[in-house]
Amino acid sequence: MSTATATHDDHHDHGPAKGLMRWVTTTNHKDIGTLYLLFALVMFFIGGAMAMVIRAELFQPGLQVVDPQFFNSMTTVHALVMIFGAVMPAFTGLANWLVPMMIGAPDMALPRLNNFSFWILPFAFSLLLSTFFMAGGGPAGGWTLYPPLSLQMGDGFPFLIFAIHLAGISSIMGSINIVVTILNMRAPGMTLMKMPLFVWTWLITAYLLIATMPVLAGAVTMLLTDKFAGTSFFSAAGGGDPVMFQHIFWFFGHPEVYILILPAFGIVSAIIPTFARKPLFGYSSMVYATASIAFLSFIVWAHHMFTVGMPVVGELFFMYATMMIAVPTGVKVFNWVSTMWKGAMTFETPMLFAVGFIIMFTIGGFSGLMLAIAPADFQYHDTYFVVAHFHYVLVTGAIYSIMAATYYWLPKWTGNMYDEKLGKLHFWISTVSVNVLFFPQHFLGLAGMPRRIPDYSVQFTDWNVISSVGGFVFGVSQLMFAWIVFKTIRGGEKATDQVWEGAHGLEWTLPSPPPYHSFTDAPEVK
Amino acid sequence: MRVMDKLAGGMSAFLGMAFTTAHADYALNMREGVTATSQSVYDLHMIIFWVCCVIGVVVFGAMIYSIIYHRKSKGAVAAQFHESTTMEILWTVVPIVILVSMAIPATSTLLAMEDTSNADMTIKVTGIQWKWKYDYVDGDAAGVSFISSLHPKHNEARLLGSGADVTQFGDEYLLDVDNPLVIPTGKKVRFLLTAADVIHAWWVPDLGWKKDAIPGFVNEAWTQVDQPGTYRGQCAELCGKDHGFMPIVVVAMAEDDYRNWVAEQKAAVVAASASADREWTKDELMAKGEQVYATNCAACHQANGQGLPPAFPAIAGSAIATGDAATHIDRVMNGKPGTAMAAYRDILSDADLAAVLTYQRNAWGNAASVVQPAAVQAAR
Repeated sequence: MSTATATHDDHHDHGPAKGLMRWVTTTNHKDIGTLYLLFALVMFFIGGAMAMVIRAELFQPGLQVVDPQFFNSMTTVHALVMIFGAVMPAFTGLANWLVPMMIGAPDMALPRLNNFSFWILPFAFSLLLSTFFMAGGGPAGGWTLYPPLSLQMGDGFPFLIFAIHLAGISSIMGSINIVVTILNMRAPGMTLMKMPLFVWTWLITAYLLIATMPVLAGAVTMLLTDKFAGTSFFSAAGGGDPVMFQHIFWFFGHPEVYILILPAFGIVSAIIPTFARKPLFGYSSMVYATASIAFLSFIVWAHHMFTVGMPVVGELFFMYATMMIAVPTGVKVFNWVSTMWKGAMTFETPMLFAVGFIIMFTIGGFSGLMLAIAPADFQYHDTYFVVAHFHYVLVTGAIYSIMAATYYWLPKWTGNMYDEKLGKLHFWISTVSVNVLFFPQHFLGLAGMPRRIPDYSVQFTDWNVISSVGGFVFGVSQLMFAWIVFKTIRGGEKATDQVWEGAHGLEWTLPSPPPYHSFTDAPEVK
Repeated sequence: MRVMDKLAGGMSAFLGMAFTTAHADYALNMREGVTATSQSVYDLHMIIFWVCCVIGVVVFGAMIYSIIYHRKSKGAVAAQFHESTTMEILWTVVPIVILVSMAIPATSTLLAMEDTSNADMTIKVTGIQWKWKYDYVDGDAAGVSFISSLHPKHNEARLLGSGADVTQFGDEYLLDVDNPLVIPTGKKVRFLLTAADVIHAWWVPDLGWKKDAIPGFVNEAWTQVDQPGTYRGQCAELCGKDHGFMPIVVVAMAEDDYRNWVAEQKAAVVAASASADREWTKDELMAKGEQVYATNCAACHQANGQGLPPAFPAIAGSAIATGDAATHIDRVMNGKPGTAMAAYRDILSDADLAAVLTYQRNAWGNAASVVQPAAVQAAR
């Protein structure tokens, strides 16, 4: 290392190594950010292909395409791939690219850990997907892995558990890196309350990940020993309790929900002020609202389990606590609308996705509030109403924010402007089709269609046909996104340093594309 | 252009086909159901729905107004305000007030739903992959017990590649059973829910609730239906391969009809125990066994006995089904832990078990011994 330092002592901006090994051995935050984002994109299409199988089977009543066991593995792996393979790595990729540039640092604090935490992921997901080729097939007990059903899986079971362990280790290491970077590497003058909201939301998200990923690891390890070592943590026959798994799982699972949405709040809080040309309304209340949501996320888990037969006092507690989440979440939405109010808005693609996010995430929030009402949840629970709810917050919420972020920062990353016409077309086709896809699912759930079924009664046909048509259009239109990104990386109109007229923040003071090491000299923040 | 026309034509033909095969049944809202519980759940649902609508109109209204008028292309100049303590307090306090006023009716409904005391009768519901077992615990029907599975006609039609037109079954498709649960009207019926293998959930939308059936634990719920009728639902908790194929049918009968039904069931119980005590012929066992196999085994092991290996092994030519009868009896009665193979000890009667064992040992080219009900009885 000392020789390397000696030969590179002259501080001029050396580029990355060439060839494939650049990507294998890189410790650079931008390279690793790119790897994370590309990995997430690949997983997005793999998970999306599984969704297409689901919608194809549900296009008509009767079984036409796949057998029920394979259908169940499609719903299960679709969820695992989208959550752990697409959304979480995409947010980590954005954090890698943006956190150092936003806080005025040259790179992440722990660059080798950074390389390791990314390169675990391809192995984790190869293991997960390899189970499809094993005796008994892929996991088909739902992504929540509830025992005893999940223990009925065939030879692939330990591979599934190990894949989850690996993805969890990757997340924990990535989160430690983000916390250490944010707390130690801010430029002089960048106090905590001057940090961009994306940095704030990721700081809180990283703490949630560090707190909850070990809980998931513990729960799945107990599944593993129940299956192979004769323990009976979750088997009543041996003195255990299958519901205990659900408590442990959702103690992880509910904070996980916010892990998937807090960074999105940060992204939207960056984009709306830029295109409204007006400072973010209520910065400090945004920070406090984020922290409140994170705290509440630890005390609402059992609202996923209202029907398991808890004591009524427990049901009341979790109902009240869940309803409380509407307050800080409402504050955020009101703040975004107030930021837009009396601005001078333009609607480039990132702004379209951000505005789409606010409207459709709020629709998902409304159905969330409805689901919080425990007696009504006894009807909604495990129906397509729930499916509609979480796809509104995850697809038109989390994924829309990731697309908004990509359009917003891609010119900074590549130095090239994306094709605005194509970007807007992508937004409009996606937004129309995603609502055709998911809105009718509210009706299906209310009419009595359970989730996770491969076939349904004839009365549910009409909305399923419409939902499937929306699904196919939405699925195909995402190829546009991949094409636009690819085209922008290859070339295009040169972007200025500031890129957007109303953009503020340290990342916009760097050239487009930024140098390999972001800030070798720390900027001064006033 | 011509390509586009063709594409559009194809699309509309395709959609037209899809719609004509279906009922015009664009249901939008929750079912009001037929019980006081389902009615109050529906009312809560509508209150919270309208609350969301009002908030939505205000928030989206402000947003859309802003989008229309506060745009740069209209010459808008950005204001620079970025906080307002009054507004921020207002939009924290107002939602809290709305939530508290929402929590009050929700709490009273929840307390009523969870109050299973003073029931007129009790029925034990057991979820089994992939059927329901009902035991009448007390009252006139005490001792009545039966399995309720997907109607055999639907069970054939729903198979991949069956080629059946499932729309012939209409709104009952996948929501019809061989033996429905029968309850009397005007009585508070308490349910005790449990499961034999994995977690299931018992849900009839018209009754207004669902409750998990968990192996090793007993959950409680109740209903009171005043209107005679047939109410349909299905399992709501993912429970494996045929989760989508374990419907629930509840028939609510007026007092007299219910009493007649109970008398029929009791007579059937007596007949069944008599049949278990005698020697059966092989033909009798094979005929009965084929039926039992179709409802209990064919979902996994397939009607032709070939199974769906490797998860669900073949019975045709299997070592167990063609070997020693004791091993075969043990496997079917006690299941295989860690797999989807359930224990049928408590699910099937001696005669049913003997019949299905004999059928498995002598169908599809298998040629092994006949199993008599007495042999099953001895193995218990």
